[in-house]
Amino acid sequence: MNWHHPHAVTRRGELGRLLVVVVFGFLILAFFRVQVLSSSRYRLQSEENRLRPVRIPAPRGQITDRHGTVLAENVPGYTVALIASSGDSLRATLGRIAGIARLDSAQIARTLARYQRRPFDPVTVLSDAEFEIVSTLEERRAWIPGLVIQSEPKRRYPFGEIAAHVVGYVGEISESELNSDAFRGARAGMIVGQDGLERAYDSLIRGEEGVRFVEVDALGRTVREAGDETRLEAQPGNTVRTTIDIGLQQHVAEAFPLGRRGGVAVMDPRTGEMLALYSSPTYDPNGFVGGLDPAIWQVLSQAEDSPLLNRVVQARYPPASPWKLVVASMAMKRGLVGLGSQMPIPCTGGMRYYNRYFRCWRVQGHGVLNLAEAIQHSCDVYFYQLGLRLQLANMLHDVGELGFRDVSGIDLPNEIQPIFPPSTEYYNRRYGPRGWTNAVTLNLAIGQGENAQTLIGMTRFYAMMANPDGTAPEPWFVEPADVRNRRRVGLDPDALGGLREALVAVVARGTAAGARVENLRIAGKTGTAQNPHGPDHGWFIGFAPAEDPQVVVGAIVEFAEHGSAVAPLVTQIITRHLYGARGASPRALDVDLDVPADSAPQPLPILPDPTTRRDPTRPR
Amino acid sequence: MTRRGLDKPLLAATAGLLVIGLATLYSAGQTDAPSAAAEIWRSQVVWLLLGTGAAILAFRVSPRILEWVTPFVYGFALLLLVLTLIVGTGAGTAAGAKSWLAIGGVRIGQPVELAKVATILFLARHLGARRTAPNTLWELMPACVIVGVPFVLVGLQPDLGSAMVFLGVLFAMLFWVGVPAWLLLLLASPVISLLLAFSTAAWGVWIVALTILLLWMRPYVVEGLVVWLTNVTMGVIALELWRNLAPYQQNRLLSFLNPEIDPRATGWHILQSKIAIGSGGLAGKGFIEGTQKRLAFLPAQHTDFIYSVLGEELGFLGVLVSLSLFAMFLLVLVRIARRATDPFSSMVVFGIVGLFLTHIVVNVGMTVGLMPITGIPLPFFSYGGSFLVTSCVCIGLALRVAWDSRLSGYAEA
Repeated sequence: MNWHHPHAVTRRGELGRLLVVVVFGFLILAFFRVQVLSSSRYRLQSEENRLRPVRIPAPRGQITDRHGTVLAENVPGYTVALIASSGDSLRATLGRIAGIARLDSAQIARTLARYQRRPFDPVTVLSDAEFEIVSTLEERRAWIPGLVIQSEPKRRYPFGEIAAHVVGYVGEISESELNSDAFRGARAGMIVGQDGLERAYDSLIRGEEGVRFVEVDALGRTVREAGDETRLEAQPGNTVRTTIDIGLQQHVAEAFPLGRRGGVAVMDPRTGEMLALYSSPTYDPNGFVGGLDPAIWQVLSQAEDSPLLNRVVQARYPPASPWKLVVASMAMKRGLVGLGSQMPIPCTGGMRYYNRYFRCWRVQGHGVLNLAEAIQHSCDVYFYQLGLRLQLANMLHDVGELGFRDVSGIDLPNEIQPIFPPSTEYYNRRYGPRGWTNAVTLNLAIGQGENAQTLIGMTRFYAMMANPDGTAPEPWFVEPADVRNRRRVGLDPDALGGLREALVAVVARGTAAGARVENLRIAGKTGTAQNPHGPDHGWFIGFAPAEDPQVVVGAIVEFAEHGSAVAPLVTQIITRHLYGARGASPRALDVDLDVPADSAPQPLPILPDPTTRRDPTRPR
Repeated sequence: MTRRGLDKPLLAATAGLLVIGLATLYSAGQTDAPSAAAEIWRSQVVWLLLGTGAAILAFRVSPRILEWVTPFVYGFALLLLVLTLIVGTGAGTAAGAKSWLAIGGVRIGQPVELAKVATILFLARHLGARRTAPNTLWELMPACVIVGVPFVLVGLQPDLGSAMVFLGVLFAMLFWVGVPAWLLLLLASPVISLLLAFSTAAWGVWIVALTILLLWMRPYVVEGLVVWLTNVTMGVIALELWRNLAPYQQNRLLSFLNPEIDPRATGWHILQSKIAIGSGGLAGKGFIEGTQKRLAFLPAQHTDFIYSVLGEELGFLGVLVSLSLFAMFLLVLVRIARRATDPFSSMVVFGIVGLFLTHIVVNVGMTVGLMPITGIPLPFFSYGGSFLVTSCVCIGLALRVAWDSRLSGYAEA
């Protein structure tokens, strides 16, 4: 029989109807059982017995140095939290345990504020409780409704303040951070990286928190743990291996002049690996663990010397004499000068430009110099003329190509951008169309004027100088997944070699002769940035060995008077890196030197706007 | 075109379901902690307008043209599925599964929904062209291949929940074409074996029953042997396979059924859904007043678990009304399939019955713990553009079939 015969179809139609009716009858029966027969049981669970999720924090991943030495790890700690049904009952409970847990009224107020924001989660009372307090509370559990004590991994930084600015610290996530892309997937109350690598690689280190469910009654008393099938274990975060050499970092911290402000960046020019990064003064990140004492934060954030500031990536300084190499390379790339070129006006301790007199740092003058010698002696008069030959417009253009308006791209948070005028429009706006003269070119040529660079940015430029092909990668601490873009200085190998020789001469015979090291050819450049607030800032950026550079070190010491004093610090770090801790470490010669004091107009402020950092004690 | 020819019961049932569904979707967005879901009912309305347009279009197409164009639609749907496997993207919480097609970063739809309709059409064309029902397993092969290809492609996404729908459609249409029940049972037997293998006694009984069935019905010897051996193999390897998996892998397999849901939290979700439905009681907690929903205890409450919201807020009475509407809707479709003037149209409408029946039973059954957790949506309720438009197209097709049969005078009234 044809399957579409009306009789056959009608028969199956009846069968189909029956099937639908039976299936739906079965479904309705199932709902009847749950909603009518067992309703009271479920209603109880829904209205009186509430399951409350208790987060199981994930242990953060370790941060290690390049040899696997641990820079950030976890140690056991305890948090004390309360589940409360209302603000009033929480207040009463807090009052009861205030004596045991040593809570002051400010802490109680903060706890109540936290509860108001997320009333269904357990509210944290103590995030790093001592064992003694925990055991006392545990004994009186019956007397404290909704008490949740949880062992929670606590962050510890074995090297404390030595690597504070690189590793960073952790803290509770803020309201604004919750909504930001950087902390996607984070939850209120979570501990996240707040600075340094802890913040930059937070998503990697954080892990995934688990959850267990606690059944509580209407009064907030814990009834029982919910079954294991509802428990989700936390997944620990990943270990992050950095390129830091903690031995070298320690050496840098010890070698840095005590009590001075400034920073040091040590980088492998070939790969961009950061071997050490130190900023002084520093702070102890262990003090931030487990909720910050407002008093400590007050001191740290408002201290005049801003210890939280990373002076390598978050401070701008006038680049001063190290900048002369930038001007020289731009002029050589345009074919305006060669290494042997001389300038029409010899140095007699200064030069007249229209109605103003621009001085050289050496009052006696340098006489007639070619470019290599001018670099070696850091002659200002030579570079005034080189700047004029290069012309302002060209300088403004080429500086952008070399990346001096962009961040270096280092994988640390909150790197600030250097300042360099985008075009002559800038001067028109600032001084009025006729309010400025070509004299700004002279200032820019010697690294003063409207130019402020970060130490890391300048160090990256010297990495370009160091590499045979004249390129440098972005600096990094943690190996990036993709190939970072390399900056190119754009000079041929001969020109680069000549410039390198001139830099070697700086250390061998020039302004940094006091930092000479036997049997090691170090190339570098000193600098002195004028500071209207006091003694000048000293720069030195160097790399070695000059014939095959393996390390580039940039250092700045505030109020160091001049760069020559900084040079021995850098050469010491270079020898430590090349020869190791016990290797031959020839002491720098102690020689008195001519003091460069480059003339300069008003420098730009060094410290960034203090509002860029947040205060964790402010109510969020 | 007169409106007299439109099937009013079908329109009424659909409209009723749409109204309840939209209201529930609106309520599902009203939580104590405001979320983006509060506004999605608006985009659902936009999708509904789009779907209405698509339904009118489907209604205007003659079944003859549809039958002719079917192979191309089927081929196009398969192409999109393959493309999805290559360049597909995840969405929302189901980022692990590649089920979306995106152009320039804008997600434009889930090709699986098109594939469902295309498979129904192509299967209807194949079966409708036959004079008699397939009577051996070998004759069932073409139909199995037609469904099997999209089934595998969707399963690879991986979205086994949606893949299951294809099986529902296959069995419904084979039933409608008159394939004997014992043959359908043989077709399904390997899966039954796989499931029953977890209880040795149940599996033993099943194998004995299967052997008796094979001896009784006497299919071709080769076919019978293949079926029997497949069953035995399934029963033997199932337990071994499962035991060799670590607990997290077992969980992952369970979550394989539904990528939308956190693979680590399946027990929690079923519990919360049952608490929501159970605490609703006879009359419910009142529209928008559900506490489980307000406190966001319900997982995916605007998509997979939307029926739990209805159960909590409107209670057993609301469930009774909505399930009765669903049943009436399906019965009307069965009637339309029965009275269709030609085999192709009849098969198409019954395929649609199979599609909706699978969706409704699996989704609603999941919320009360009768079915495993899968991520397939509830028609007219769950938020989701592609499926809503697909549902509208299906209704447009059914309306056309009903209209044709009334005009031909074949049906009474």
